[in-house]
Amino acid sequence: MTPEFTRNHFELFGLPVAYDVDPAELERAYRDLQGRVHPDRFASASEAERRVAMQWATRANEAYRTLRNPIDRARYLLALKGFDTGEESNTSMPPDFLMQQMEWRESVEDGRARHDANALEGLRREIGESRTEMHAFLARALGGDRNYDAGCSLVRKLRFLDKIEAEIDDALEAIAESVPALRRAASPKGNA
Amino acid sequence: MAYSEKVIDHYEHPRNVGSFAKDEEGVATGMVGAPACGDVMKLQIKVGAGGVIEDAKFKTYGCGSAIASSSLVTEWVKGKTLDEAGGIRNTQIAEELALPPVKIHCSILAEDAIKAAIADYRKKYGEDDGAQKAAD
Repeated sequence: MTPEFTRNHFELFGLPVAYDVDPAELERAYRDLQGRVHPDRFASASEAERRVAMQWATRANEAYRTLRNPIDRARYLLALKGFDTGEESNTSMPPDFLMQQMEWRESVEDGRARHDANALEGLRREIGESRTEMHAFLARALGGDRNYDAGCSLVRKLRFLDKIEAEIDDALEAIAESVPALRRAASPKGNA
Repeated sequence: MAYSEKVIDHYEHPRNVGSFAKDEEGVATGMVGAPACGDVMKLQIKVGAGGVIEDAKFKTYGCGSAIASSSLVTEWVKGKTLDEAGGIRNTQIAEELALPPVKIHCSILAEDAIKAAIADYRKKYGEDDGAQKAAD
């Protein structure tokens, strides 16, 4: 058996080509495939057979990692449908969305400067809610709606949330490392 | 990441940071974002008589190269007509700042930002406005 590189990630695991993936089913299919191509099983096999098994294992890993992550899975599915998410090239996000990003980034900068962990944690919750909502929109766009343009736009938007969450974590870490007295000196309730 | 001296200079002493008042006459805004790195850039121009850009301001959340690219563009566009400013290419920005290949997208973002600001100006004040007069 040689790895069938013509099959897509979903087909490789016997899953329907769809955004909605049952994590337990994906996990089971992955373990099953990995078990069949594990190098231990090919210890006494020929050089060529071992090489093929290794290719299978690599292929299964890549497919599993892609399908497990919602954004990666969405991007992959969109590519199968012939849509490029434009994350590297599309800079024209809706102005209100960009304005919101600016405001959030300003709040992070501000919270960091004032050592206000409460405000930053509040902001993180707010962004978390926004993320949950976007994931629901994404599932709808790629599911029933088959609105792939909207799907591309949502993938792009979610990348900005990734960034701001990383910035918040970074700021919180910086605050945690600073003197505890500074935290007490920060505004009592923050802005949340 | 080894930044060039010019990038560091713009990063440490960014030119024209800030915003114009929303209702200020002749002001237009371009906002763009790069999904892959999460950078956000706002670039504003203030266009005076004769369609010449009198002043420019920016606010960028991003890496040093993105900040330097937008800072440089605000310097370059001053005194230029809209058409001239619209002719600025990312390759010129990247060359001036000696950006490494992985940071080229920062210069593209700055080019897109000035283009967006010019488009906003034309939408607000009409296609021809002063730009035509200046070209005469």
